[in-house]
Amino acid sequence: MPLAHESHLNEWVEPFPGANYLRQTLAVAEADIRKLIHDPVELFTRMVQPVLWLLIFGQVFNRTRAIPTGGISYLDFMAPGILAQSVLFGAIFYGISLIWERDLGIVQKFLVSPAPRSTLVLGRAISSTVRSLCQMVFVYLLSYLLHIHLRIEIPALAGVVLAVMVGSAIFSTFSLIVACLVKSRERFMGIGQVLTMPLFFASNAIYPLTLMPSWLRVVSKANPLSYQVDALRTLMIVGSSTSFGLGKDFLMQFIAFAVLVAVATKLYPTIVT
Amino acid sequence: MDTTPGTNVIEVLSLTRRYGLLVAVDHLTFSVASGATFGLLGPNGAGKSTLIKMLTTLLPPTEGTAKIAGFDLVKHPELVRKKIGYVSQMLSADGDLTGYENLLISAKLYGMPRTERSRRIAQALEFMELAHVGGKLVRQYSGGMIRRLEIAQSMLHRPSVLFMDEPSVGLDPSAKRSVWERIRELRREFGTTILMTTHDMEEADHLCDTVAVMHRGVLAAMDTPAALKAQVGAESSLDDVFIHFTGATISEGGELRDAARTRITSQRVG
Repeated sequence: MPLAHESHLNEWVEPFPGANYLRQTLAVAEADIRKLIHDPVELFTRMVQPVLWLLIFGQVFNRTRAIPTGGISYLDFMAPGILAQSVLFGAIFYGISLIWERDLGIVQKFLVSPAPRSTLVLGRAISSTVRSLCQMVFVYLLSYLLHIHLRIEIPALAGVVLAVMVGSAIFSTFSLIVACLVKSRERFMGIGQVLTMPLFFASNAIYPLTLMPSWLRVVSKANPLSYQVDALRTLMIVGSSTSFGLGKDFLMQFIAFAVLVAVATKLYPTIVT
Repeated sequence: MDTTPGTNVIEVLSLTRRYGLLVAVDHLTFSVASGATFGLLGPNGAGKSTLIKMLTTLLPPTEGTAKIAGFDLVKHPELVRKKIGYVSQMLSADGDLTGYENLLISAKLYGMPRTERSRRIAQALEFMELAHVGGKLVRQYSGGMIRRLEIAQSMLHRPSVLFMDEPSVGLDPSAKRSVWERIRELRREFGTTILMTTHDMEEADHLCDTVAVMHRGVLAAMDTPAALKAQVGAESSLDDVFIHFTGATISEGGELRDAARTRITSQRVG
């Protein structure tokens, strides 16, 4: 009998402080990424939206030349906005999987494990970033085909990867919070729809802040998506200028993420009560 | 360590949970000795699931507490979690992952180092007679196989206490017996203390040393199955005991969600 006479050794020594925390966080992400590998269809269906925006909306508005884009073409201007949009749309509905897994009893199993609650939140944020990075590769390919003036330099690309990851982590964690509050799939779908459009339109994704009425500019400056788009535009497009400065773009995003993780960690266990 | 035979590994002290005016679990006090299998019977809405949720740290109690493997549930839920395993009423193994992957993720969540992990996962798959399907997606498993996988998952870190919420709900008789056999074997191998809820009187008779009948948030009776049957009358079955102490054959109350969940689980295993 292979199981017999095994010592009840439960306290494993960590190879370095925080190793367990890291292992648990990555385990949560790994579960989701393995599912994605078993069934990657979702990645392909998500490609439809950026194609429509860039090919139809972008091509038409590129001709109007009505939007002040600071010396770059409208297609160049909007490509980072569309990348941010596809990150946002992908991440904002991510919380529904929490409700689904709660109904199946999977979340309960994670919650009775000794993994700290914050690892459960961070792990999900990481798996969301993996999906978004796939989107990023696709939007880059599409942009290349559309002759958008991309900055193909290692530091700039690394910056885009970081901005996509942080943006995805922010909106997937926000989505987790919404899931914990509304608790049912039907309500979540309703609220998800209501949230996405205002977040998108109250940002600088497809038009600059200067074009907005002053009240909308205030809203836009409180919207993490604006900082994500600004960072992406600066790092992605040749000749574009930043509105806030890259430092502020990332700082605002990191602050937003930290606050959302704290709130989500607090709310996560309530999804099962 | 207080999980040596003869000591109480679960001590429930005036544990209470209220939902508004409804008292789902009403000042429960009982204990379970180390290595014992304790069965909780009761109609839907009796408070069994609420009790299990509190004991597994999923739901904070309104009042009272419990000590699990020596740790206070309210003060140190994180220490309690290291000592317990949980098999929920739902089929909680992830259908979109393989059996091996389900075990792998669990092992990592419990902080198991790589070498220990591979050894224990291989053993668990073999022990649960799942080694040949370890690489298959769980959604292709039968109900009995999923249950065995879940028990393996909950035992990977060798918990002192295993909580099982209706472990054989919806299983056909042979799958049920195979699950029972594994539960008994785990108990023999590791001396695990088990607290399980069930609607299945045969299951309670087969597996439990002590049975408690829960009704409207309190324990209406608690003793060995034999003693309970004797108490009700000569040649009584546990069904008679259940009816005697709960006072009705038709269950009242119970959340719609609980009933729906049982049906869904039954459908998925069926």
